[in-house]
Amino acid sequence: MTAASGLAVDTAAPPSIIWPALLKDALLAAFVAVLLAVPLVGLQTYDVGGGALGIRTHFDWVGFAAIGVFAGRLALRLLPRTRRQHEGRGGRAFSRVSAWSNRRARAITLTGIAFAVALPFLPFSSRYLVDLGTTVLIYVMLGWGLNVVVGLAGLLDLGYVAFYAVGAYTFGLLASDLGFTFWEALPFSGLVAASFGVILGFPVLRLRGDYLAIVTLGFGEIIRIVLLNWAPVTGGPNGIGGIPRPSFFGLPFARSAPEGVTTFHQFFGVEFSPDQRVIFLYFVILAMALVTNLFTLRIRRLPVGRAWEALREDEIACRALGINPTTAKLSAFAIGAMFGGFAGCFFATRQGFISPESFTFIESATILAIVVLGGMGSQMGVVLAAILLVTLPEFGRAFAEFRMLIFGAAMIGVMVWRPQGLIAHREPTLRLGPQPVSTR
Amino acid sequence: MTEVAEPRVPLLAVERLTMRFGGLIAVDDLSFTAYRGEVTAIIGPNGAGKTTVFNCLTGFYRPSAGQLAMHHDGETLQLERIAGFRIARRAGIARTFQNIRLFAGMTVLENLIVAQHNPLMAASLFSIAGLLGLPRYRAAEREAIERARHWLNRTGLTDRADWLAGALPYGAQRRLEIARALCTGPALLCLDEPAAGLNPRESAELNELLLAIRAEKGIGILLIEHDMSVVMGISDHVIVLDYGRKIADGTAAEVRADPEVIKAYLGEEELNSLPKEVAADLEAPQT
Repeated sequence: MTAASGLAVDTAAPPSIIWPALLKDALLAAFVAVLLAVPLVGLQTYDVGGGALGIRTHFDWVGFAAIGVFAGRLALRLLPRTRRQHEGRGGRAFSRVSAWSNRRARAITLTGIAFAVALPFLPFSSRYLVDLGTTVLIYVMLGWGLNVVVGLAGLLDLGYVAFYAVGAYTFGLLASDLGFTFWEALPFSGLVAASFGVILGFPVLRLRGDYLAIVTLGFGEIIRIVLLNWAPVTGGPNGIGGIPRPSFFGLPFARSAPEGVTTFHQFFGVEFSPDQRVIFLYFVILAMALVTNLFTLRIRRLPVGRAWEALREDEIACRALGINPTTAKLSAFAIGAMFGGFAGCFFATRQGFISPESFTFIESATILAIVVLGGMGSQMGVVLAAILLVTLPEFGRAFAEFRMLIFGAAMIGVMVWRPQGLIAHREPTLRLGPQPVSTR
Repeated sequence: MTEVAEPRVPLLAVERLTMRFGGLIAVDDLSFTAYRGEVTAIIGPNGAGKTTVFNCLTGFYRPSAGQLAMHHDGETLQLERIAGFRIARRAGIARTFQNIRLFAGMTVLENLIVAQHNPLMAASLFSIAGLLGLPRYRAAEREAIERARHWLNRTGLTDRADWLAGALPYGAQRRLEIARALCTGPALLCLDEPAAGLNPRESAELNELLLAIRAEKGIGILLIEHDMSVVMGISDHVIVLDYGRKIADGTAAEVRADPEVIKAYLGEEELNSLPKEVAADLEAPQT
C-alpha cells in the first residue's frame, strides 16, 4: 500500500465495505427496534368510558422507529472512524471539564455555595424553584452519605433507602407519640439509623461486591415491608401524618399562633407568606448537606477514612497491617447510615407525612446512580449528578411520556463517554511534594 | 553467613507446626527458630508449604496443631491465639505478599500512612481529636509523614511519593510493599518472594536494602525466595521445605551441599541419571 492510498483510507469511507453483512446487521437492529417498539409505542391504552380501557394502535410510529434505527445503524457502521473520533471528542471534552473543575476546585465550590445561598432571593426565583432546590439538596446529602459507604469504603449498598426510611420514621414516631420537634428528633434519627447501619453491617461483614449488593437490597426491602405491615406502630400503608414542621429557633412558621407563641413573621415584623417556610426548609437542608460534606472531607483525611479507602483497595493487606476490618466496615456503614437518617428526618418534616411508598427500591437506585454517575468518591460529582438526575425529569416534562426515555438516553450517554463518572478524580489525602497550583 | 559474636536472641520459635486442609497436609510437624538481627530463609520447590507457614504466622490461617511463640517487647506471645489483624500490632510482625498487594488507587505516601493506622488512630482518639484538628493529632500525623519519608528515601521512592501506587513500575511496587511493612515498625519482617520479577540489578539492590535494614534496626527477617542469589547472598540461616516437611536446616553453605536438598530440587531419578561431574556442578542448585 502506498502512502497516498493510506491517506485515502483516512478521508474516504473504508474501501472494504461488505454490503450484505452491513445490511443484514442493520436489518437485525431494525427488527429488534420493531420488537421493542410494538409494545412501547405501537400500542396505547385509552379510556373508552365507564372505566374500561381500549387499545389504540400506532403502527406508523413503529415503522418510523424501525426506519430510524435501520438508517442510524447503517450510518454508524459506515462511519466507524468518524464515530470513534466523535466519541473521543465527547470524552475529551468531559475530561477537560473534569480537569478544569479539579484545578478550580476551590473557586467552583465557593461559587456553588454562594449561588445556593442566594438562590431563593434571585429575581427569577420562585416557590417551585426553591422546592426543586430542596429536593436536589436532599439527594445531594443522600449521595454524600452513600458516598462514604460506596465511594470510600467500596461496599456496594443497594438498600441505602432503608436508613432514609429509618430516619424518617424515627422522627415520625417520636413526633406523634412523644411530641418531639424536628430539632429534638434530628440527633435521634441519626443515631437510630446508625444503629441500623451496624445491624446491617454485622451479617454482611464477610461479603463483598455482588453478594453484598444482594443482601443490602434485601435489607432495604425488609425495612419497607416491616413498615408496611407493622400497622399498629407504623400506621402501615397509611403512614404517619401530622408531622410537625421545623421552627426557626422556636418561632413557628404559621399565619396565626396559639396563645403565648410568637410566630416567625410576627417576631420579625414582616408580612406572613407561605414561602417563608419553603425558603427556611431550603436553608436547613443546605446547612445539613454542607455539614455532611465538611464531615466527609475531614474524616477522609483521618486514619478511619484512609482505612476505609485501603479496605476498598485490598482487605487482606489491611489485615496484615493491623487494621481491624470489622470496625472499619461497621463504622463506614454507621456513618453512611447516620447521614441517611438525618436526611430522612428532614424529609419527614418537609412532607409532614410519610408512608412506605416514599422508600421504595427506586430511591436506592437513584441515590446509587447519583454516586456512580458523579464519579465514585467525588463530592463535586455527586452534586452535579444530583442536579442532573433530579432536574432532568423536571425539564423533560415538556416531552410528556418520552421524558423517561430521554432520561435513560442521557444516562447511557454519560456511561459511554465517561464510564468512570462525570468527575472522576481522587484528591490525595496528603502530599509530600508541593501542592499543585490552585487546589486545596 | 558471618558468625554473630553476641549470643543469638530467639525472636520466633515455631514448634511442631502442622497445617492440614482436609486430607492435604500442607505443613507437617515443622519446627524452627528465627533469631533477632538475622535473615532466615525458607526455600523449597513450588507447593512445599512456604507461603502456608507465612499465613499461619500472620494470622491468615489458624494452625491445625503446633505453637508459634513470638518474643516481642519482653513478653512471649502465642501467635496462634491472637486474632489475625492484631498480630501486626501486638506481635510486631509485618509481611509482604507473593502477588503484590498495594493500595493501588492510593498514593505511595498514603500507602505508608495507612500502615501506621494504629498509632495514628490512637492519637486521633478514635477520630474525635482528628475531627477537631487538635495539635496532638497533627503532631502524630507529622511524625507519621516523617517516618514514611525516611522509608521512601531508603527505598528510593521519594520522587514518586505522590504517584498512585498502581502506577509504579513493578520493581518499585515491590520496594514500596517492603517500605509499607517497615512503616508498621515490626520486630519480624516476613517477605514472600521479594525478588520475584526483579532484574539482576534490582535484586542486588534489594539484597543491599535488606542487609542494611537488618544491621540498623536489629529486626529479624524471614524470607521466602526462589532467587538463589538473594538467598545465598544474605541468609544467615536457611530452612528447606519439601512436601510440608523440613528436610534441611543450616547455613547457606551447609544447605546447598545437602544431598536431600539436591534430591528435592532435581528429583532422585534425574540426579542418578546425570553424569558425575554434572551432578557435582548442580550441587549448588540455581546459583
